[in-house]
Amino acid sequence: MQTVLSIAIDALAYGMVLFVISIGLSVTMGLMRVVNLAHGAFAMIGGYIASYAARDLGLAYGFAVLLAIFGTIVIAVPIERLLYRRIYGAPELTQVLMTIGITFCIIGIANYVFGPTLKTVPLPSELQGSVDLGFRAIATHRIFAIVCGLAVAAGLWYAIEKTAFGVKLRASVDNAAMAAALGVRTEIVYAVSFAVAVGLAAFGGVVGAELLPVEPYYALRYMVTFLVVVSVGGAGSIPGALVACLLLGAIDTTGRYLMPEFGEFFFYLAVIAIICVFPRGLAGRAKG
Amino acid sequence: MQPIFEVRNLKRAFGGLAVTNDVSLSMAPGDRVALIGPNGAGKTTFVNLVTGNLRPDSGEVRIAGEPVTGVDAIGRVRRGLVRSFQVTRLFADMTPAEHVALAVLQRSGRAGRLFGNFLGMSDVMAEVQELLGKLGLKELMHRKVSEIAYGQQRLLEIAVALALKPRVLLLDEPAAGVPQSDTGRIEQALADLPADLAVLMIEHDMDLVFRFAKRVVVLAAGAIIFDGSPSEVTKDPRVREAYLGSYANASHAA
Amino acid sequence: MTMTTTNDMIAASPARRRFGGGDVIGLAIILLVAVIGYFLFPNNLALLTRIIAAALLVLSLDLVTGYCGVATLGHAALFGAGAYAAGIASAHYGINDPLAMLAFGIVAGAVAGLICGVVILRAHGLPQLVLSIALIHLFHEFANKASSWTGGSDGLSGIAPTALLGLYEFDLWGRTAYVFGVVLLAIVFVLLRLIVRSPFGMLCRGIKEDPVRIRSMGASPKIALTKMYVISGAVAGVGGALNAISTQVVGLDSLSFTMSAESLVMLVLGGTGTLFGALTGTVVFMFFEDVVSAANPFHWLTMVGALLIAVVLFAPKGLYGTAAAFVARRREAK
Repeated sequence: MQTVLSIAIDALAYGMVLFVISIGLSVTMGLMRVVNLAHGAFAMIGGYIASYAARDLGLAYGFAVLLAIFGTIVIAVPIERLLYRRIYGAPELTQVLMTIGITFCIIGIANYVFGPTLKTVPLPSELQGSVDLGFRAIATHRIFAIVCGLAVAAGLWYAIEKTAFGVKLRASVDNAAMAAALGVRTEIVYAVSFAVAVGLAAFGGVVGAELLPVEPYYALRYMVTFLVVVSVGGAGSIPGALVACLLLGAIDTTGRYLMPEFGEFFFYLAVIAIICVFPRGLAGRAKG
Repeated sequence: MQPIFEVRNLKRAFGGLAVTNDVSLSMAPGDRVALIGPNGAGKTTFVNLVTGNLRPDSGEVRIAGEPVTGVDAIGRVRRGLVRSFQVTRLFADMTPAEHVALAVLQRSGRAGRLFGNFLGMSDVMAEVQELLGKLGLKELMHRKVSEIAYGQQRLLEIAVALALKPRVLLLDEPAAGVPQSDTGRIEQALADLPADLAVLMIEHDMDLVFRFAKRVVVLAAGAIIFDGSPSEVTKDPRVREAYLGSYANASHAA
Repeated sequence: MTMTTTNDMIAASPARRRFGGGDVIGLAIILLVAVIGYFLFPNNLALLTRIIAAALLVLSLDLVTGYCGVATLGHAALFGAGAYAAGIASAHYGINDPLAMLAFGIVAGAVAGLICGVVILRAHGLPQLVLSIALIHLFHEFANKASSWTGGSDGLSGIAPTALLGLYEFDLWGRTAYVFGVVLLAIVFVLLRLIVRSPFGMLCRGIKEDPVRIRSMGASPKIALTKMYVISGAVAGVGGALNAISTQVVGLDSLSFTMSAESLVMLVLGGTGTLFGALTGTVVFMFFEDVVSAANPFHWLTMVGALLIAVVLFAPKGLYGTAAAFVARRREAK
């Protein structure tokens, strides 16, 4: 029983980190219909910036996080203007190739600038240590990750359902041409959404740096994971992404606890099984 | 004689809306039936239910007495139920010859052959030439579909359907989008259809309907409200009500 | 109107539909390039043989991606399966006849193709892509953990092919391996050109463009695509076995995502859906890799990324594809 609770807590923390990173991908895929394999790379950039800011510049954790978010957005915006805009509406293969190209470039540059070693983001004293839950202690930063994930979910839900921008966003997702005809500036909606998505990815990359260590191959290593969240949870769906992330978190953590030797093998097998059972995602309609 | 095509009590609802409401229809070989109805009547849903692209909530579909309700779309084609598409679905980079050849090869079970080329198969080419000749597409047979006129593409749709040697043919608005100058060719093609083939045509062009059909079925709000001769359809009060007088030219065909 | 004969029709049809012509020229070019390569790089035949093995992988990828429209990032699984099968046959079972090893490679590749095809064809679009990525990682992990069979991360060694046909030993200069590779490539190429022109090839082209249309013709896209996956697996298996036989070692990198991604780059660089494009892209890419990657492997990754972006933006049809389109336009303008 203890093990189950233990797994549950770790899975929750891991799932929440995944959520923060992946929800941006889910929204951009649902909105701009771009298969973006480079999303993990942006999360990685966030982690790198925060690490550099905290370790080399000596900034406080909070500042490092903010710098990471804004820095990543600043890097991502020109990429969106120059490259992503060319592939909206392009065939899937084209988008795959372009975004893999972007991913490879980012990995290469990251390795050149920061070197191949793991980078950590030093935690502030408040987030170090652990919290005693009674049956076990849990690292404080994991609780922080869980809280962040829930906050992001709530904030996004509010923004999408309750604000004017959210209305425009939903309109653009449903019918971009119609929305544009009604006066919604779809390019701005896209640009803002992309920036938010990337910012969230960076945030997740920083917050999750203890669980998903930052190193140049980060973008490739977790590419499958982020993509699975979106394909299983359904693009553009916050509840879907939440469920998918928790599910994946549970699978990954369980694998690591029960079969540490074969954890990865089990993870990929489970991913394949889930997608084969739900080829259209968890919300997929049955045929006919 | 046993009907070649039968639909019994077909029902399909989306949410609470009955899009196909207890539809029954039966056709004998050689029948020429037109299915008409106002927009939103459920004609497309009906076609999809019959071809197996949509599963009904209840009801039966039979081909030559054999129930095919549980058979998937591919199986129904192989049992002789073939449809053409309202919006042309052809392969832009392939030629009419390749289209018809593919259909012929599929029908004769040779579409999976790894070696050989259809141009060298005399029996296939004979059928290709015959069919394309009948529809006036012989000169274009080696041109890419993207390079031929829309009216000719519609004819090719019919050719492909015929190449599958169907027993029941569902034509979904064969003249849709075709300029007036080309409808004559299509009408000729329809007149030349094999005599023992049961044909169900969905159309909005009432002139075409009256020249082609021996029997008219009217679908409105998912249910059949009329099944009888073309001369009677315009007089039927229920039909007039369903259309709300929108087919003013229906009167001149009687 | 009299019936035209088959020959008349072939004469009347556009040149590219005439079967045989383009194939013979293509084969001649391949053999010519192979001979030139033999004399230009006598000390680097190992590289050329690696290029041939890669070309076989990229050809197999062209079958499913270029001709059938299935985007996959996991195709190295079929190559690696072939390589490991051939290697294990030799290293663990003492089956050292290269033709027997080749047979093992082909069968293993085909089986891997069947498995991957059945899994990948369960979904479409993004989920399909994700399945392909998950599969390659799965294969990779399996090979990693089954180290008593595969040597794990150290790689499989102890592969000792005997003389080919009992006559030609695999020498240190790699001459036998090279000629073996060229012959295999030529045979595979001819077979694939035939298959592509066959009814099955036409069926697959139709499936790529419009599966609904194919279904309404009474053909099953899934069955046809699965069949193509098996054929593709066999071709990739040839490449893998060739690699095992010529380098006499099999590493985990033959089952890597990176190899899958690179094979896709090579295919796109040359141009999809023509088989010639696959060959062109492989040769160009592998030569550059040999020259550049001696430096920093991460710089290589950046260059591959930049290359991909450039191809997407400026030459989406690939090198061969753009050239072929240019020639076709000139011909039609006359």
